[in-house]
Amino acid sequence: MTMDAFTTFVISKYNYWAVVVLIMIGLYAMIAKQNLVKKIIGMNIFQTAIILFYVSSGAKSGGATIPIILNAHGEDGIPVRAMDYINPLPHVLMLTAIVVSVATLGVALSLVLKIYNQYGTLEEDEIRLKIQKEAYKSLH
Amino acid sequence: MKEHFPALIVVTPLIMALLVSAMSWLNKKLCFPTTVLALLVSLLSSIGLLLRVMSEGTVRYRLGGWSPPWGIAYEADHLNGLILVVVSLAAFLNLIGSKALVAKEFDQKEGPFYTLYLLFVTGLLGILVTGDAFNLYVLLEIASLSGYALIGMGNGRASLAGLNYVFMGTIGASFYLLGIGYLYLATGSLNMADISAILPGILPSNVVFLAFLLCLSGMLIKMAFFPLHGWLPNAYTHAFSTASSLVAPLTTKVMIYVMIRISFFVFPPAFVLTGVDISGALVWFAVVAMVMGSVLALSQKRLKRMLAYIIVAEVGYMVGGFWLGNRLGMNGAILHIANDVMMTLCVFLAAGAISYKINDDRFSALQGIFRKMPFTMAFFMIGALSIIGVPPTCGFFSKWYLISGGIAAGQYGFVAALLFSSLVNAVLFFRIVEIGYYEPFPEGHHAHHARSGPKGGMAEAPLGMLVSLGITAGLLIVMGIYSGDIVNNIIQFAVPL
Repeated sequence: MTMDAFTTFVISKYNYWAVVVLIMIGLYAMIAKQNLVKKIIGMNIFQTAIILFYVSSGAKSGGATIPIILNAHGEDGIPVRAMDYINPLPHVLMLTAIVVSVATLGVALSLVLKIYNQYGTLEEDEIRLKIQKEAYKSLH
Repeated sequence: MKEHFPALIVVTPLIMALLVSAMSWLNKKLCFPTTVLALLVSLLSSIGLLLRVMSEGTVRYRLGGWSPPWGIAYEADHLNGLILVVVSLAAFLNLIGSKALVAKEFDQKEGPFYTLYLLFVTGLLGILVTGDAFNLYVLLEIASLSGYALIGMGNGRASLAGLNYVFMGTIGASFYLLGIGYLYLATGSLNMADISAILPGILPSNVVFLAFLLCLSGMLIKMAFFPLHGWLPNAYTHAFSTASSLVAPLTTKVMIYVMIRISFFVFPPAFVLTGVDISGALVWFAVVAMVMGSVLALSQKRLKRMLAYIIVAEVGYMVGGFWLGNRLGMNGAILHIANDVMMTLCVFLAAGAISYKINDDRFSALQGIFRKMPFTMAFFMIGALSIIGVPPTCGFFSKWYLISGGIAAGQYGFVAALLFSSLVNAVLFFRIVEIGYYEPFPEGHHAHHARSGPKGGMAEAPLGMLVSLGITAGLLIVMGIYSGDIVNNIIQFAVPL
């Protein structure tokens, strides 16, 4: 593949590239970061990337737009042409997915709060060290 | 009334969950009866639905009267009809059995506990009954989020274990969501029946291939399939007993159901079993899961942690049995889903009763437990025998189908691993018998007095616990005796093969 063809390939599918990069950033943060809040941020980036994937899949070429911009309220009798509108279904689905990701964030943050009150730190390696020390103490 | 069973199964616990949450502010005593009532309605509706499915075939229900593929359809067939009954029964029995323990463990938080309990069951029953791929994701998250909260409410390391579960669970569910997104791009539909009608026309397709792999890997994370099981043992060990005896029997099994549903009712079975060409690899992964789950269970020193690793091995049985790809293995996998819910519930309920009495589940604390809690341990042993696979308990029959399926498919590694895992299970449970029945070892010439030592008095768990534990243990034997009927009348029609 020549450089030109490659650039066209990347640019024509740029939304998917953005999604892939964001998913990788999110997964990397969830796996590699020691700080629990950074892990949660990674989780959120991961979820947001999927939301972006869905929403961008609703777009159409050829100037499709949102219904209310073309025909505002009170203009009855205008035939609806699906070609003029972007696909609304992925957007509606993502409303639910956003609610889910907010709820997940809430549960995760409340657990982090509990962990902080318990161990006094949010670094996973330090927490593991404390757990090991406790286990050692209870043995001896 | 009868035609609304599919909706009632899900809507009743959902609405009652909100009611219980409100009630916990007014009168805490009402929370438990309301929860019982909600789960009773779900249980009876599930049984009614299964009977309808058995007489009429697949039952289709349009939620709100919107016809599919635009509206959300609930569909019940022989596959989810059976698992619906088993799951709602397990949730109901666990609720009855854990009342005393909930009062002790959750003290002032009974209201939130029962709310989460109902939401969790709502999610699982919804996953089972829905015929819409995206609706399944939403219900999956309802079940998961309440599951995270139930597990994170525990003491000690529970919050860290819960947070790890949140991370792994979210990755799993997000993979599934991404897979459904690919499917939607390829087919333009989210209704399972509609997708399965469209897909054969557009195969072979890389998008569909990737969609299947994404959905499958999401489910494999959620069901704790061996290399992805990291979240499970800690979560189930450190959670309160009442929470783990609800989450442990149900979550993994329902996720295996989703794998079967996706593989056979969304993607074309021929594409899944031969087109993707991963069934051989997955059977070998299942072999590793069985062996490693059993070996890791051997190295544990706490009862609940040992049981958690047994679940990891059991997941291997079902995934392996399913991917054998023949009728016998499929029957075995589906029968084992039903059996495993009950036997895991049985041993976890017994573990809950033990922790109610002695507040500890380390093996060293179990000395003399058979004398102290003879009934609990008798029922525990029935569950244990079923997990080992001793006839007439139900565990024997599903293992029999799995082994026959393995031989028919020529997968002798699978057969060997299953036998190995059963033997290790026998060692695991007879070690408990040794500790609980014979230790502490009598010493010197006062040996004959040792049996009636100071710890010799009987101190059984509360009646409610014993009753539900007894019913669960009895069901293990009843399901064993009637397993032929279950297979011939229900499971035979569950999957198109």
